[in-house]
Amino acid sequence: MAAGVAAWLPFARAAAIGWMPVANLPMPVAPTNKNKHQDELIILNVSGRRFQTWRNTLDRYPDTLLGSSEKEFFFNEETREYFFDRDPDVFRSILNFYRTGKLHYPRYECISAYDEELAFFGIIPEIISDCCYEEYKDRKRENTERLMDDLEDNKDSKLPNMTFRETMWRAFENPHTSTMALVFYYVTGFFIAISVITNVVETVPCGSTPNQRDIPCGERYTEAFFCMDTACVMIFTVEYLMRLFAAPSRYRFMRSVMSIIDVVAILPYYIGLVMTNNEDVSGAFVTLRVFRVFRIFKFSRHSQGLRILGYTLKSCASELGFLLFSLTMAIIIFATVMFYAEKGSSSSKFTSIPASFWYTIVTMTTLGYGDMVPKTIAGKIFGSICSLSGVLVIALPVPVIVSNFSRIYHQNQRADKRRAQKVQKARLARMRISKSGSSTAFLHSKRNGLNQSLELTGSLEEDQQMKKTTSLLESQHHHLLHCLEKTTNHEFVDERLYEQGYLQTALQNFPSRSPSLSSEEGITGTCCSRRTKKNMQPLSATHTHSHTHNLQELSALHIQCGEQQPLNTSRSSLNLMSDESGSLNCKSSGLVTTAIISIPTPPSNNSRASPDAPPPPNPDAPPLPNPGTDVVKISAL
Amino acid sequence: MGIQGMELFAIGVVIILFVAVLKQFGILEPMSLEDSSDSDLELSTVRHQPEGLEQLQAQTKFTKKELQSLYRGFKNECPSGLVDEETFKTIYSQFFPQGDATTYAHFLFNAFDLDRNGSIRFEDFVIGLSVLLRGSVTEKLNWAFNLYDINKDGYITKEEMLLIMKSIYDMMGRYTYPSVRDEAPSEHVEKFFQKMDRNRDGVVTIEEFIETCQKDENIMNSMQLFENVI
Repeated sequence: MAAGVAAWLPFARAAAIGWMPVANLPMPVAPTNKNKHQDELIILNVSGRRFQTWRNTLDRYPDTLLGSSEKEFFFNEETREYFFDRDPDVFRSILNFYRTGKLHYPRYECISAYDEELAFFGIIPEIISDCCYEEYKDRKRENTERLMDDLEDNKDSKLPNMTFRETMWRAFENPHTSTMALVFYYVTGFFIAISVITNVVETVPCGSTPNQRDIPCGERYTEAFFCMDTACVMIFTVEYLMRLFAAPSRYRFMRSVMSIIDVVAILPYYIGLVMTNNEDVSGAFVTLRVFRVFRIFKFSRHSQGLRILGYTLKSCASELGFLLFSLTMAIIIFATVMFYAEKGSSSSKFTSIPASFWYTIVTMTTLGYGDMVPKTIAGKIFGSICSLSGVLVIALPVPVIVSNFSRIYHQNQRADKRRAQKVQKARLARMRISKSGSSTAFLHSKRNGLNQSLELTGSLEEDQQMKKTTSLLESQHHHLLHCLEKTTNHEFVDERLYEQGYLQTALQNFPSRSPSLSSEEGITGTCCSRRTKKNMQPLSATHTHSHTHNLQELSALHIQCGEQQPLNTSRSSLNLMSDESGSLNCKSSGLVTTAIISIPTPPSNNSRASPDAPPPPNPDAPPLPNPGTDVVKISAL
Repeated sequence: MGIQGMELFAIGVVIILFVAVLKQFGILEPMSLEDSSDSDLELSTVRHQPEGLEQLQAQTKFTKKELQSLYRGFKNECPSGLVDEETFKTIYSQFFPQGDATTYAHFLFNAFDLDRNGSIRFEDFVIGLSVLLRGSVTEKLNWAFNLYDINKDGYITKEEMLLIMKSIYDMMGRYTYPSVRDEAPSEHVEKFFQKMDRNRDGVVTIEEFIETCQKDENIMNSMQLFENVI
């Protein structure tokens, strides 16, 4: 429930009088305000700066430091004020949270200082309001990344007990760790360069033989080039095998981009070795040599900038896709137009639309080779429009790509978009939780039997015992919801349990079966998986709610009370409406009667035979006094 | 040579481009002369200040301190001093997260908005609360009758009661035990009329209502329930 509307709770409760003439059942007793004092101002002294507020304002959030009795630890008797030795600037935001119900994150505050203050005052950061939440999350993420970077830098210190394999892998990944690694790094780099230069020089024509033709160097010094190639490939193969050996996860390594580049770089050589100098396949062999140029990509291990460029292109895939798409559209349009414009003229080079593609591309990228030129007036007009629009279409997505690259290069943020998706999911989950928070709070207190104590026959000691766990505001709100239940003669249940309810068994009847009664999952596991039937009372499914509350056992048996009594009257029908007789019986027989009775009755086989009727409790047990709550706990074990 | 098809098209395109460029220079005014409306400067802030504390004390049964505390809460949520129906529905719905409280909030709003001008002022709010919390049982019953009587004609018909009942059941939401059947509101209305409608004329008048309620012990007890809310 939002704090702002806490002030309207009296109004909502007063308006509940509108239900009274309509209701057929008696209403529960209202929670009394025991220490009813007039609202007073309290002084909060935070490092000398005095803040004053009403006590009620702070009581709106009873699970924080200021809203609970925890603040009494900071009460200063002499000055009659609460003294906190914390930052007064941040405290301003925190106090505003109590006043307005919204927590804001000021931009000038350091993120870790703010986090510490929130943790001290018991406020979870997830309730930061939407206006400041993005900023908060961004700063937090930057901070954690910075911490992780610092951590990684510290990790370089050599850890003892690293296996040879792990050492090798670290050497490969980070060449600065040892001299050997550095040497290896430079040697491979050198050989990559040699290999690339060899490939290039191979095709240069060098010297002429007595024939007229210039032959390329590759054919002249075949053995030399072959030896060079072999040496390089040898080195690359050894390197690849060593990496493969050292990799922590071989499968993942083999799937990585760098390893694929390595393989593609050395494969042509081996294929060439295998294949003989057959005339038929020599054409294919020549094609394979093209792949040797991929060796140049091996440099990306040596250059950070190259890796970032590759990553940028990958992350700008959508912009690149858009560029490509719009270009294709424009090319097709203009090619068609040019073709039909030039169709009339004689000896036109625009023989077909695909032939016009070449012209369009050359014109749009403002190359203008001049091998295809329009001759008609219409063609020239459209040609000029084509070149003008080409500039625009290409210029538009380019700044996006450039800014992306610069951002990534400077900040070096990996997986930015992936994390943004996670944040979005987390936010949605957070909002859902806060929305369902108040309804679950009511159901929570119901299970704890708090509302039972508000029945008209409830006694005072019970009242006090239960009161500790909720604030006055909450108990008043729950009383209001309870009145509504009584008016309409229906009860609220939890959303999940409502759906599960039709599949659950009568768990409350078999608590003795499972030795680990404290674990609700244990009860679920043993019983309900074996028996699934319809028309089970959904409230029994409250047991499945994983709770760590002590009163859970108590509440489990409390709820029984409401359900067992109608069963006394008719064993078979389980989806009895809990009508007036049902609830009244529950009140009169006390809270624990049925509980104690049902536990000793072991789950008999006949119950399995007749799955529609849980073992009937003894209806004649005398009502036990309230200290029976302890009795329940003992027998439940 | 006559003008070929494509040349015609080319000329058309050229003319269009020409017009576009002229538009850019503002030489060729666009056809519609739009007056930049000042509708953005609509003054949407209507403020209302309540009457003085003494007058309110005279009109209601609250003490000064109670009025002060009530006003603080009121002003916090509605700084302009007026509650319109949407805000009212939002506030009231927050107390009933599982169901839909908007219909009942609508009826409540009409019951509080005494002068039917679409917004509740602080005076209306506090006068209504005074009746509900500090009034006599007859006054409370009167208020409840006024709530049920949607068209304020002095009679509660079955249709009006059915609307009210449906809105109350709506507040429960879907996840209830047992599930709210569709006939539940009308059954409840039947029961209500059986109890209240003495002369079986199909409507409940204020006298029938008060008489029946005073005889019913449950109702009388529950009317005293919220005495100490403030």
